[in-house]
Amino acid sequence: MPPLPISPETGPQVVLELIYRLKVRDAMSSPVITASPGDSMREVQYRMRDNGITGVPIVEGDRLIGLVSMGLVIEALDAGRIGQLAGELMTRAVISLEDDMPLAFATTYFNRYKYGRFPVLDRDGRLVGIVSASDIIRVLLVAMNKEVERLEERLSVADPASNHDVDGFVRLAFQVTRFDFENAGKASAEFKKALKALGVEADIVRRAAVASYELELNQVIHSDGGSISCVAGAGRIELRAEDRGPGIDDVEAAMTEGFSTANEWIRSLGFGAGMGLPNAKRVSDDFAIDSGPGRGTSARVVIDY
Amino acid sequence: MRISELAASLGLEIAQSGYADREVSEGYSSDLLSDVMANARADGVLVTVQAHKNAVAVASLVGLAAIVVCNSRPLPDDMVEAARAEGIAVFRSPESAFEISGRLWALLHRP
Repeated sequence: MPPLPISPETGPQVVLELIYRLKVRDAMSSPVITASPGDSMREVQYRMRDNGITGVPIVEGDRLIGLVSMGLVIEALDAGRIGQLAGELMTRAVISLEDDMPLAFATTYFNRYKYGRFPVLDRDGRLVGIVSASDIIRVLLVAMNKEVERLEERLSVADPASNHDVDGFVRLAFQVTRFDFENAGKASAEFKKALKALGVEADIVRRAAVASYELELNQVIHSDGGSISCVAGAGRIELRAEDRGPGIDDVEAAMTEGFSTANEWIRSLGFGAGMGLPNAKRVSDDFAIDSGPGRGTSARVVIDY
Repeated sequence: MRISELAASLGLEIAQSGYADREVSEGYSSDLLSDVMANARADGVLVTVQAHKNAVAVASLVGLAAIVVCNSRPLPDDMVEAARAEGIAVFRSPESAFEISGRLWALLHRP
């Protein structure tokens, strides 16, 4: 299958927002046609034929233990093993998605692993659906149609991404999208480059990079999207992170090391350890954060050099 | 010790060879990226199981020289490409983070 021609990094902003807003559960088919390990490959083949599908998850109860693809059925037919049990011939190393993941993850998985479908698990590891490339395309087309309609209704004014180096100052700003882990850290990398070019000492640049990375990742993990900016010059670096919500319920708790509201799959990426805001504060000469439930969060970091 | 010597001594599989073969004197072992951000020193080696692009982003921001991915975790292409763009060496090993860290420590700190 040719790769899905959609980039989680460089597409138009509207499309990026779509693929991060839509979840795997919005695209998956459910309930799933499954088989048990005790079923024969022949039975699996019939199940594919009768339902017009090309892959059947093998389950014990609601636990996924393997998958039989059309390719495996053909191999079994070819080798005269079609009477054998699915549990013997199934693929055991199945890569699955979680229902809570953004669609951007799914498109990346399809392009990375070249499988025709992925089983979908919920946060407790139960098989809740299956998603194919055509499911993704269908959901995206519907959403894109809606989006185009909305755009046609009103002319949108795009905000300038950045402006740079006026009177020897660094002024940079970036938009940050929820769950956009592909681009996470880009703003910080640009800030770091610009501060270096400005001649700021390496140790200070590092502190600024730590603070901006943590603020940026906080927006990626927790916010509905926002922006992060860096203004530097005349001995002072000022970072500002503003987002559109949903806000922090308990700011004091959020500033405590180890406190985190991140979910399982975010933690599995190595984030959400509850060190972000404390890290940012530690490297700052001045740190201020303002937030509350139902409104945006704004944070300001000052580092003098 | 240079990155290449270190990789050879530890028997690491080279996943991304487009790097400057500089001296390293430090290592840091962690799977929490904020922890790496906060505590890893520049020019060191990161020992981790986090095989994805964000590990490269963090390594680059902190100025790490190399990443060793343990337990033979599969390396996505976009991670290797990001590391190439940043000039960060990426290696892989079937050994655990404990094993690699121990041997790395001995290489760097034992006279």
